Amino acid sequence: MLSQNGIPTAEEVTSVLPPAERLTKGPVAIAECFQNIPCDPCYHSCKQGAIQEFNDINERPQINFDKCNGCGSCMSRCPGLAIFVVDATYSDNEALVKIPYEFLPLPEVGEIVTAINRGGQAVAEAKVIKVQNTKVQDRTVIVWLAVPKEQMMEVRHFRVKEVR
Amino acid sequence: MRQIEIAIVGGGPAGLAAALNASKLGAQVILIDRNDYLGGQLIKQTHRFFGSKQQRASERGIDIALELANEVMANEKIEVLTEATALGHYEDGVLLVEQAGKIMAIKPERFIVATGGAEKTLLFPNNDLPGVYGAGAVQTLVNVFGVKPGKRVLMVGAGNIGVIVSYQLLQAGVEVAAIIEGAPRIGAYWVHAAKVVRAGVPIYTRHTILRAEGEGEVKGAVIAQLDDNWQPIPGTEREIEADVICLSVGLTPLTELLWQAGCQMTFVPELGGNVPFRNEQLETSVPGLYVAGDVSGIEEASAAMMEGALAGINAAASLGYTSDTLTADRQNVLDQLAGLRSGPVGEKIRKGLAQCSL
Amino acid sequence: MRIKKHPILEFKTGKIVKFTFDGRELEGHEGETIAAALHAAGIRTMRESGHLHRPRGLFCNIGNCSSCLMVVNGEPNVRVCVERLREGMNVETQKGKGELK
Repeated sequence: MLSQNGIPTAEEVTSVLPPAERLTKGPVAIAECFQNIPCDPCYHSCKQGAIQEFNDINERPQINFDKCNGCGSCMSRCPGLAIFVVDATYSDNEALVKIPYEFLPLPEVGEIVTAINRGGQAVAEAKVIKVQNTKVQDRTVIVWLAVPKEQMMEVRHFRVKEVR
Repeated sequence: MRQIEIAIVGGGPAGLAAALNASKLGAQVILIDRNDYLGGQLIKQTHRFFGSKQQRASERGIDIALELANEVMANEKIEVLTEATALGHYEDGVLLVEQAGKIMAIKPERFIVATGGAEKTLLFPNNDLPGVYGAGAVQTLVNVFGVKPGKRVLMVGAGNIGVIVSYQLLQAGVEVAAIIEGAPRIGAYWVHAAKVVRAGVPIYTRHTILRAEGEGEVKGAVIAQLDDNWQPIPGTEREIEADVICLSVGLTPLTELLWQAGCQMTFVPELGGNVPFRNEQLETSVPGLYVAGDVSGIEEASAAMMEGALAGINAAASLGYTSDTLTADRQNVLDQLAGLRSGPVGEKIRKGLAQCSL
Repeated sequence: MRIKKHPILEFKTGKIVKFTFDGRELEGHEGETIAAALHAAGIRTMRESGHLHRPRGLFCNIGNCSSCLMVVNGEPNVRVCVERLREGMNVETQKGKGELK
């Protein structure tokens, strides 16, 4: 439970996921923001107008999954690094998970890394597809990982393998 | 004796915002800080801030510090005194300041105290051993000077500071063994907690530190689980290997100048300790003396900036300075502060403020 | 222990200077605090308390708490967490209250 160990419950996670049908249509953002805190940069960052305007700054983000194109602009603006993009259409067996990352060393494209779940446990091997690090991201790097499809809603972090 | 319209003590987020807003209305300001730089504790905040766009949400504290400090330094209406310590405030309203071994007397028409807060400690055997630090101390060492405090850290306290500093220790390549928290719930924003947990740091709520271990320096710690009455449960003790113990158990306002000035004070646990009574415009019981930021109650830096803006506007306005947008500007700041404090995470602050409002 | 690479920060350090700690020659960066230079050299004990003679180190690191008082160039009670390092400084462990010579 988030309030006790920092890990959201399965119900909490499910409550913010896009409908299965939307996942078949390509990349989409998932805001794993489960607490009413005073924060709204995600709304301002979205050029698609896919994040509903906040009436009260303490509201949680509501993503219109039909408007969201999974561009990931919101990911590097979120102070909580709590937004991820999942593309279930990446390949037959793999999904793409985009992860905000603020650690060194950065992985290289093609590198195999250890994919990690919300609890900090290794759950799969993942291949690095892209490392986005533009000026506008302001040092919050976005790493695209290809992960086994069944792990796409589990993988939320990764570890570079020690021997490179 | 120096005469000045407004003197501000403290060049952190609150003091900088106060100086900028007061000078914008036309007031002459002296800003006094004991450090040799401006920005206060913002200079070590490498994370992105929460809040709204107007409160510079999503920007990193380090960048906000630099920008505000540059703006203040370039402002002709603000005289900046760094490496200057405010020694005392006297009955006749005179402020004594020491700078480079010289004492100067300043008589301000309005006085804004923005001295911030200090880290609290925790009682346990060996809490004085080298290797036991305030979490903010380690944050300074790592993020300002690029020096590691040790190899493996036990963080005590899962509030925002404890969790954020743990994350920043990981970024610096320091291992964090665990974060322990006496309360049954994580006090930090859960998104911060989620970040460190997925990076491999466990958070143990309802746990406390029983003692630090080590001869001469910290070598480890013994922690234990707490029952619902905050008593350690026998048999749950376990040893944690760590050469650093970080205490993140809250801050307390640095109120010496307020006591000297004769402000009416009251103890408010929700705000971190003794705080001054103040009205909605941040004026204390001493007419012309305003407070802003952590000295008036421990809160986030975004709130400190907003309070600084409010105190700066009000101090200048009380001297007769005005602008076409004065009323609207003041209301805008008040609305933003109310917004920051209106949600469930602002409950503690609201409860605290209710106990010290004039 | 210095941080060599950091994902967010670039550390701008001053030139290397020499100083002594209890007679031992050490190096640090000019302009960093004495406490930072000592930590970089792995030294975390700064003084000995007055009554129980217990070792004391850094606690607040921003000039508030007086846990890190040392004797610098013969002057006792210097808060080394805010005192900047200069070439040739003579830094000594402080025992008790220190003595003004």
